[in-house]
Amino acid sequence: MDEFGRMFLIWSANIALGAMLVSFALTVYRLLRGPSFADRVVALDMLALLGIGFIGVIAVKTGDYAYLDVAIALALVGFLATVAFARYIDRGARGEPDGAPVHQSNPQGRGDDA
Amino acid sequence: MNLFLLNLILALVWGAVTGSFAPANLLFGFALGFTALWMVRDRFAINDVKRPARIARLAWLFIYELVLSSIKVARDTLSPRMEFRPAIIAIPLDVEEDIGIMLLANLISLTPGTLSVDISQDRTTLYLHAMDVDDPDDLRRDIKQGFERRIMEALG
Amino acid sequence: MIEFIGGVIILIGGAFSLIAGIGLARLPDLYVRMHAATKAGTLGAGLVLLALALEAQELEVAARAIAGLIFLFFTAPIAAHLLGRAGYLAGVPLWSQSCMDELADKYDPETKELKGAPQARDGIG
Repeated sequence: MDEFGRMFLIWSANIALGAMLVSFALTVYRLLRGPSFADRVVALDMLALLGIGFIGVIAVKTGDYAYLDVAIALALVGFLATVAFARYIDRGARGEPDGAPVHQSNPQGRGDDA
Repeated sequence: MNLFLLNLILALVWGAVTGSFAPANLLFGFALGFTALWMVRDRFAINDVKRPARIARLAWLFIYELVLSSIKVARDTLSPRMEFRPAIIAIPLDVEEDIGIMLLANLISLTPGTLSVDISQDRTTLYLHAMDVDDPDDLRRDIKQGFERRIMEALG
Repeated sequence: MIEFIGGVIILIGGAFSLIAGIGLARLPDLYVRMHAATKAGTLGAGLVLLALALEAQELEVAARAIAGLIFLFFTAPIAAHLLGRAGYLAGVPLWSQSCMDELADKYDPETKELKGAPQARDGIG
Protein backbone atom coordinates (compact mmCIF):
# COMPACT_ATOMS: atom_id res chain seq x y z
CA MET A 1 0.00 0.00 0.00
CA ASP A 2 2.81 2.31 0.84
CA GLU A 3 4.58 1.31 -2.33
CA PHE A 4 1.50 2.19 -4.35
CA GLY A 5 1.22 5.53 -2.61
CA ARG A 6 4.77 6.43 -3.47
CA MET A 7 4.33 5.34 -7.08
CA PHE A 8 1.15 7.34 -7.41
CA LEU A 9 2.91 10.40 -6.07
CA ILE A 10 5.76 10.16 -8.57
CA TRP A 11 3.35 9.47 -11.40
CA SER A 12 1.12 12.41 -10.61
CA ALA A 13 4.16 14.64 -10.15
CA ASN A 14 5.32 13.74 -13.63
CA ILE A 15 1.92 14.44 -15.11
CA ALA A 16 1.77 17.78 -13.34
CA LEU A 17 5.23 18.63 -14.68
CA GLY A 18 4.05 17.84 -18.18
CA ALA A 19 0.97 19.99 -17.77
CA MET A 20 3.05 22.88 -16.47
CA LEU A 21 5.40 22.49 -19.40
CA VAL A 22 2.55 22.90 -21.83
CA SER A 23 1.33 25.88 -19.84
CA PHE A 24 4.82 27.33 -20.00
CA ALA A 25 4.83 27.08 -23.79
CA LEU A 26 1.42 28.74 -24.02
CA THR A 27 2.56 31.52 -21.74
CA VAL A 28 5.64 32.13 -23.85
CA TYR A 29 3.33 32.37 -26.85
CA ARG A 30 1.44 35.12 -25.08
CA LEU A 31 4.71 36.75 -24.05
CA LEU A 32 5.78 37.01 -27.67
CA ARG A 33 2.40 37.76 -29.12
CA GLY A 34 0.49 39.82 -26.55
CA PRO A 35 -0.40 43.03 -28.30
CA SER A 36 0.18 45.33 -25.37
CA PHE A 37 3.02 45.65 -22.91
CA ALA A 38 0.71 44.78 -20.03
CA ASP A 39 -0.06 41.44 -21.68
CA ARG A 40 3.61 40.61 -21.62
CA VAL A 41 3.83 41.53 -17.96
CA VAL A 42 0.95 39.19 -17.16
CA ALA A 43 2.80 36.47 -19.04
CA LEU A 44 5.93 37.15 -16.98
CA ASP A 45 3.98 36.91 -13.76
CA MET A 46 2.52 33.62 -14.95
CA LEU A 47 6.02 32.37 -15.73
CA ALA A 48 7.05 33.12 -12.15
CA LEU A 49 4.02 31.22 -10.82
CA LEU A 50 4.84 28.30 -13.08
CA GLY A 51 8.40 28.42 -11.82
CA ILE A 52 7.12 28.09 -8.28
CA GLY A 53 5.01 25.16 -9.35
CA PHE A 54 7.95 23.45 -11.06
CA ILE A 55 10.21 23.90 -8.07
CA GLY A 56 7.55 22.63 -5.68
CA VAL A 57 6.93 19.49 -7.70
CA ILE A 58 10.64 18.79 -8.06
CA ALA A 59 11.11 19.25 -4.33
CA VAL A 60 8.39 16.68 -3.72
CA LYS A 61 9.94 14.27 -6.21
CA THR A 62 13.51 14.47 -4.97
CA GLY A 63 12.74 14.95 -1.30
CA ASP A 64 15.31 17.74 -1.21
CA TYR A 65 13.44 20.56 0.47
CA ALA A 66 16.15 23.16 0.06
CA TYR A 67 14.40 24.09 -3.17
CA LEU A 68 11.52 25.50 -1.19
CA ASP A 69 13.54 28.59 -0.35
CA VAL A 70 14.05 29.21 -4.04
CA ALA A 71 10.32 28.97 -4.60
CA ILE A 72 9.60 31.49 -1.85
CA ALA A 73 12.22 33.85 -3.23
CA LEU A 74 10.62 33.52 -6.68
CA ALA A 75 7.22 34.37 -5.25
CA LEU A 76 8.61 37.52 -3.66
CA VAL A 77 10.58 38.62 -6.69
CA GLY A 78 7.78 37.83 -9.12
CA PHE A 79 5.36 39.95 -7.15
CA LEU A 80 7.77 42.86 -6.89
CA ALA A 81 8.61 42.67 -10.57
CA THR A 82 4.97 42.76 -11.56
CA VAL A 83 4.32 45.73 -9.30
CA ALA A 84 7.38 47.52 -10.70
CA PHE A 85 6.23 46.96 -14.27
CA ALA A 86 2.73 48.10 -13.41
CA ARG A 87 4.11 51.33 -12.00
CA TYR A 88 6.25 51.76 -15.08
CA ILE A 89 3.19 51.51 -17.31
CA ASP A 90 1.28 53.76 -14.96
CA ARG A 91 3.93 56.47 -15.10
CA GLY A 92 3.92 56.25 -18.87
CA ALA A 93 0.16 56.60 -18.98
CA ARG A 94 0.27 59.71 -16.81
CA GLY A 95 2.93 61.24 -18.97
CA GLU A 96 5.51 61.37 -16.23
CA PRO A 97 9.16 60.91 -17.14
CA ASP A 98 10.74 57.44 -16.87
CA GLY A 99 7.50 55.82 -17.90
CA ALA A 100 6.64 53.41 -20.64
CA PRO A 101 6.67 55.19 -24.00
CA VAL A 102 3.27 55.99 -25.42
CA HIS A 103 2.27 55.82 -29.07
CA GLN A 104 2.67 58.97 -31.11
CA SER A 105 -0.97 58.77 -32.15
CA ASN A 106 -2.20 58.83 -28.57
CA PRO A 107 -0.31 61.30 -26.41
CA GLN A 108 -2.92 61.31 -23.62
CA GLY A 109 -3.33 57.58 -23.18
CA ARG A 110 -6.72 55.75 -23.11
CA GLY A 111 -7.67 54.76 -26.61
CA ASP A 112 -4.61 52.90 -27.76
CA ASP A 113 -2.29 50.50 -26.03
CA ALA A 114 1.10 51.19 -24.52
CA MET B 1 -6.59 42.10 17.72
CA ASN B 2 -4.95 41.96 21.08
CA LEU B 3 -1.48 43.38 20.68
CA PHE B 4 0.19 40.84 22.91
CA LEU B 5 -1.38 38.00 20.94
CA LEU B 6 -0.16 39.60 17.75
CA ASN B 7 3.33 39.82 19.17
CA LEU B 8 3.24 36.13 20.06
CA ILE B 9 2.12 35.27 16.56
CA LEU B 10 4.93 37.35 15.12
CA ALA B 11 7.40 35.46 17.29
CA LEU B 12 6.03 32.18 15.98
CA VAL B 13 6.22 33.40 12.40
CA TRP B 14 9.84 34.35 12.98
CA GLY B 15 10.46 30.87 14.28
CA ALA B 16 8.82 29.35 11.21
CA VAL B 17 10.72 31.51 8.75
CA THR B 18 14.11 30.87 10.32
CA GLY B 19 13.35 27.19 10.74
CA SER B 20 14.06 26.94 14.43
CA PHE B 21 11.67 26.94 17.36
CA ALA B 22 14.43 26.99 19.96
CA PRO B 23 13.46 29.18 22.92
CA ALA B 24 16.27 31.65 22.31
CA ASN B 25 15.14 32.17 18.73
CA LEU B 26 11.51 32.60 19.73
CA LEU B 27 12.52 35.17 22.30
CA PHE B 28 14.45 37.06 19.68
CA GLY B 29 11.42 36.88 17.42
CA PHE B 30 9.28 38.24 20.20
CA ALA B 31 11.70 41.13 20.65
CA LEU B 32 11.67 41.84 16.94
CA GLY B 33 7.88 41.72 16.88
CA PHE B 34 7.75 44.03 19.87
CA THR B 35 9.96 46.55 18.07
CA ALA B 36 7.85 46.40 14.94
CA LEU B 37 4.59 46.80 16.84
CA TRP B 38 5.98 49.61 18.95
CA MET B 39 6.82 51.51 15.78
CA VAL B 40 3.25 51.33 14.51
CA ARG B 41 1.51 51.51 17.88
CA ASP B 42 -0.60 54.51 17.00
CA ARG B 43 -2.47 52.69 14.29
CA PHE B 44 -4.04 49.82 16.19
CA ALA B 45 -7.40 49.66 17.96
CA ILE B 46 -8.30 47.44 20.89
CA ASN B 47 -9.97 44.07 20.55
CA ASP B 48 -13.39 42.69 21.21
CA VAL B 49 -14.27 39.10 21.98
CA LYS B 50 -16.08 37.83 18.91
CA ARG B 51 -13.44 39.05 16.49
CA PRO B 52 -11.41 35.86 16.05
CA ALA B 53 -14.46 33.89 14.95
CA ARG B 54 -15.44 36.53 12.43
CA ILE B 55 -11.90 36.82 11.15
CA ALA B 56 -11.75 33.06 10.76
CA ARG B 57 -14.98 33.17 8.83
CA LEU B 58 -13.53 35.81 6.55
CA ALA B 59 -10.41 33.74 5.96
CA TRP B 60 -12.56 30.75 5.10
CA LEU B 61 -14.53 32.95 2.70
CA PHE B 62 -11.30 33.92 0.97
CA ILE B 63 -10.25 30.35 0.40
CA TYR B 64 -13.69 29.16 -0.65
CA GLU B 65 -14.06 31.97 -3.16
CA LEU B 66 -10.65 31.36 -4.63
CA VAL B 67 -11.41 27.72 -5.30
CA LEU B 68 -14.81 28.54 -6.74
CA SER B 69 -13.37 31.26 -8.94
CA SER B 70 -10.70 29.05 -10.38
CA ILE B 71 -13.30 26.46 -11.28
CA LYS B 72 -15.37 29.09 -13.02
CA VAL B 73 -12.34 30.40 -14.87
CA ALA B 74 -11.58 26.84 -15.89
CA ARG B 75 -15.04 26.41 -17.29
CA ASP B 76 -14.97 29.70 -19.16
CA THR B 77 -11.51 29.13 -20.57
CA LEU B 78 -12.19 25.68 -21.86
CA SER B 79 -15.55 26.42 -23.44
CA PRO B 80 -15.16 26.39 -27.21
CA ARG B 81 -17.36 29.37 -27.94
CA MET B 82 -16.53 32.33 -25.78
CA GLU B 83 -19.94 33.40 -24.61
CA PHE B 84 -19.11 35.57 -21.70
CA ARG B 85 -19.75 39.30 -21.68
CA PRO B 86 -17.17 41.25 -19.72
CA ALA B 87 -17.84 44.71 -18.34
CA ILE B 88 -16.41 47.26 -15.96
CA ILE B 89 -18.81 48.10 -13.15
CA ALA B 90 -18.91 50.67 -10.37
CA ILE B 91 -19.69 49.65 -6.80
CA PRO B 92 -20.49 52.30 -4.20
CA LEU B 93 -18.62 51.52 -0.99
CA ASP B 94 -19.69 51.50 2.64
CA VAL B 95 -16.43 50.43 4.26
CA GLU B 96 -14.32 53.38 5.24
CA GLU B 97 -11.07 52.12 6.69
CA ASP B 98 -8.24 51.53 4.30
CA ILE B 99 -7.72 47.99 5.45
CA GLY B 100 -11.38 47.19 4.84
CA ILE B 101 -11.13 48.53 1.33
CA MET B 102 -7.96 46.56 0.74
CA LEU B 103 -9.58 43.34 1.99
CA LEU B 104 -12.62 43.95 -0.17
CA ALA B 105 -10.53 44.62 -3.26
CA ASN B 106 -8.45 41.51 -2.61
CA LEU B 107 -11.52 39.40 -1.99
CA ILE B 108 -13.09 40.69 -5.18
CA SER B 109 -9.99 39.82 -7.14
CA LEU B 110 -10.09 36.31 -5.74
CA THR B 111 -13.77 35.69 -6.44
CA PRO B 112 -15.26 34.11 -9.52
CA GLY B 113 -15.20 36.42 -12.46
CA THR B 114 -14.33 39.75 -10.86
CA LEU B 115 -11.13 41.75 -10.65
CA SER B 116 -10.80 45.13 -8.98
CA VAL B 117 -9.51 47.81 -11.30
CA ASP B 118 -9.49 51.10 -9.50
CA ILE B 119 -10.97 53.09 -6.67
CA SER B 120 -12.06 56.67 -6.74
CA GLN B 121 -9.97 59.35 -5.13
CA ASP B 122 -12.45 60.03 -2.35
CA ARG B 123 -12.79 56.30 -1.61
CA THR B 124 -16.50 56.14 -2.33
CA THR B 125 -16.54 53.94 -5.38
CA LEU B 126 -14.77 50.78 -6.40
CA TYR B 127 -14.55 49.89 -10.06
CA LEU B 128 -14.18 46.27 -10.98
CA HIS B 129 -13.90 44.27 -14.15
CA ALA B 130 -16.31 41.35 -14.36
CA MET B 131 -15.85 38.50 -16.72
CA ASP B 132 -19.48 37.55 -17.32
CA VAL B 133 -22.18 40.00 -16.37
CA ASP B 134 -25.88 39.43 -16.89
CA ASP B 135 -27.19 42.10 -14.57
CA PRO B 136 -24.86 44.65 -13.03
CA ASP B 137 -27.23 45.39 -10.17
CA ASP B 138 -27.24 41.73 -9.20
CA LEU B 139 -23.49 41.82 -9.01
CA ARG B 140 -23.53 45.00 -6.96
CA ARG B 141 -25.97 43.49 -4.52
CA ASP B 142 -24.01 40.27 -4.24
CA ILE B 143 -20.83 42.06 -3.41
CA LYS B 144 -22.36 44.46 -0.94
CA GLN B 145 -24.40 41.93 0.94
CA GLY B 146 -21.91 39.12 0.74
CA PHE B 147 -18.37 40.37 1.04
CA GLU B 148 -18.70 43.88 2.26
CA ARG B 149 -20.96 42.90 5.11
CA ARG B 150 -18.63 40.09 6.22
CA ILE B 151 -15.64 42.38 6.07
CA MET B 152 -17.35 45.10 8.06
CA GLU B 153 -18.36 42.53 10.64
CA ALA B 154 -14.88 41.13 10.90
CA LEU B 155 -13.34 44.54 11.30
CA GLY B 156 -15.75 45.51 14.02
CA MET C 1 -2.10 7.56 2.61
CA ILE C 2 -0.60 10.99 2.88
CA GLU C 3 1.22 10.38 -0.34
CA PHE C 4 -2.00 9.59 -2.11
CA ILE C 5 -3.59 12.85 -1.00
CA GLY C 6 -0.43 14.73 -1.94
CA GLY C 7 -0.49 13.18 -5.37
CA VAL C 8 -4.07 14.19 -5.95
CA ILE C 9 -3.37 17.75 -4.85
CA ILE C 10 -0.38 17.98 -7.17
CA LEU C 11 -2.49 16.71 -10.05
CA ILE C 12 -5.15 19.32 -9.43
CA GLY C 13 -2.49 22.00 -9.11
CA GLY C 14 -0.98 20.99 -12.42
CA ALA C 15 -4.39 21.02 -14.04
CA PHE C 16 -5.08 24.54 -12.85
CA SER C 17 -1.70 25.74 -14.06
CA LEU C 18 -2.48 24.25 -17.43
CA ILE C 19 -5.87 25.96 -17.49
CA ALA C 20 -4.22 29.25 -16.63
CA GLY C 21 -1.84 28.82 -19.55
CA ILE C 22 -4.63 27.94 -21.95
CA GLY C 23 -6.56 30.95 -20.73
CA LEU C 24 -3.61 33.23 -21.25
CA ALA C 25 -3.19 32.04 -24.80
CA ARG C 26 -6.85 31.93 -25.77
CA LEU C 27 -8.77 34.72 -24.10
CA PRO C 28 -9.56 37.83 -26.08
CA ASP C 29 -8.46 40.75 -23.97
CA LEU C 30 -5.94 41.78 -21.33
CA TYR C 31 -8.38 42.03 -18.43
CA VAL C 32 -9.97 38.62 -19.00
CA ARG C 33 -6.50 37.10 -19.32
CA MET C 34 -5.62 38.52 -15.98
CA HIS C 35 -8.57 36.73 -14.45
CA ALA C 36 -7.16 33.44 -15.69
CA ALA C 37 -3.56 34.06 -14.74
CA THR C 38 -4.33 35.43 -11.29
CA LYS C 39 -6.91 33.00 -10.08
CA ALA C 40 -6.10 29.72 -11.76
CA GLY C 41 -2.36 30.32 -11.82
CA THR C 42 -2.16 31.27 -8.16
CA LEU C 43 -4.30 28.33 -7.15
CA GLY C 44 -2.12 25.99 -9.21
CA ALA C 45 1.12 27.15 -7.62
CA GLY C 46 -0.53 27.32 -4.20
CA LEU C 47 -1.77 23.75 -4.40
CA VAL C 48 1.71 22.54 -5.26
CA LEU C 49 3.05 24.32 -2.19
CA LEU C 50 0.27 22.77 -0.13
CA ALA C 51 1.21 19.30 -1.35
CA LEU C 52 4.80 20.09 -0.47
CA ALA C 53 3.75 21.05 3.04
CA LEU C 54 1.89 17.77 3.39
CA GLU C 55 4.67 15.59 2.03
CA ALA C 56 7.46 17.03 4.08
CA GLN C 57 7.83 15.23 7.36
CA GLU C 58 9.49 18.18 9.07
CA LEU C 59 7.63 21.05 10.67
CA GLU C 60 10.00 23.75 9.47
CA VAL C 61 9.58 22.86 5.82
CA ALA C 62 5.81 22.69 6.12
CA ALA C 63 5.72 26.01 7.95
CA ARG C 64 7.73 27.72 5.24
CA ALA C 65 5.58 26.25 2.52
CA ILE C 66 2.41 27.47 4.22
CA ALA C 67 3.95 30.89 4.71
CA GLY C 68 4.76 31.01 0.99
CA LEU C 69 1.22 29.95 0.20
CA ILE C 70 -0.33 32.71 2.29
CA PHE C 71 2.01 35.25 0.77
CA LEU C 72 0.99 34.18 -2.74
CA PHE C 73 -2.70 34.42 -1.96
CA PHE C 74 -2.37 37.91 -0.64
CA THR C 75 -0.02 39.36 -3.22
CA ALA C 76 -1.38 37.94 -6.45
CA PRO C 77 -4.63 39.93 -6.36
CA ILE C 78 -2.74 43.11 -5.55
CA ALA C 79 -0.39 42.65 -8.49
CA ALA C 80 -3.30 41.89 -10.79
CA HIS C 81 -5.17 44.98 -9.66
CA LEU C 82 -2.17 47.27 -10.17
CA LEU C 83 -1.49 45.84 -13.59
CA GLY C 84 -5.13 46.09 -14.64
CA ARG C 85 -5.34 49.68 -13.56
CA ALA C 86 -2.09 50.60 -15.29
CA GLY C 87 -3.22 48.84 -18.44
CA TYR C 88 -6.53 50.67 -18.38
CA LEU C 89 -4.84 54.03 -17.93
CA ALA C 90 -2.42 53.25 -20.73
CA GLY C 91 -5.33 52.66 -23.03
CA VAL C 92 -5.43 48.90 -23.50
CA PRO C 93 -8.81 48.37 -25.17
CA LEU C 94 -11.58 46.17 -23.81
CA TRP C 95 -12.80 43.21 -25.79
CA SER C 96 -15.20 44.22 -28.51
CA GLN C 97 -17.93 42.10 -26.99
CA SER C 98 -17.78 43.69 -23.58
CA CYS C 99 -21.11 45.06 -22.62
CA MET C 100 -20.36 48.20 -20.68
CA ASP C 101 -17.58 50.30 -19.28
CA GLU C 102 -18.61 52.43 -16.35
CA LEU C 103 -15.09 53.68 -15.91
CA ALA C 104 -14.98 55.20 -19.35
CA ASP C 105 -15.02 58.96 -18.83
CA LYS C 106 -14.39 59.20 -15.16
CA TYR C 107 -10.71 60.01 -15.30
CA ASP C 108 -9.60 63.59 -15.19
CA PRO C 109 -7.63 63.88 -18.42
CA GLU C 110 -4.67 65.73 -16.99
CA THR C 111 -4.02 64.33 -13.55
CA LYS C 112 -5.70 60.96 -14.05
CA GLU C 113 -7.58 61.29 -10.80
CA LEU C 114 -10.73 59.35 -10.43
CA LYS C 115 -13.91 60.95 -9.20
CA GLY C 116 -16.58 58.97 -7.39
CA ALA C 117 -19.65 57.73 -9.20
CA PRO C 118 -22.71 60.02 -8.97
CA GLN C 119 -24.85 57.48 -7.13
CA ALA C 120 -22.31 56.84 -4.38
CA ARG C 121 -23.45 55.77 -0.87
CA ASP C 122 -27.08 55.21 -1.64
CA GLY C 123 -27.80 52.20 0.54
CA ILE C 124 -28.02 49.19 -1.71
CA GLY C 125 -27.49 46.33 0.69
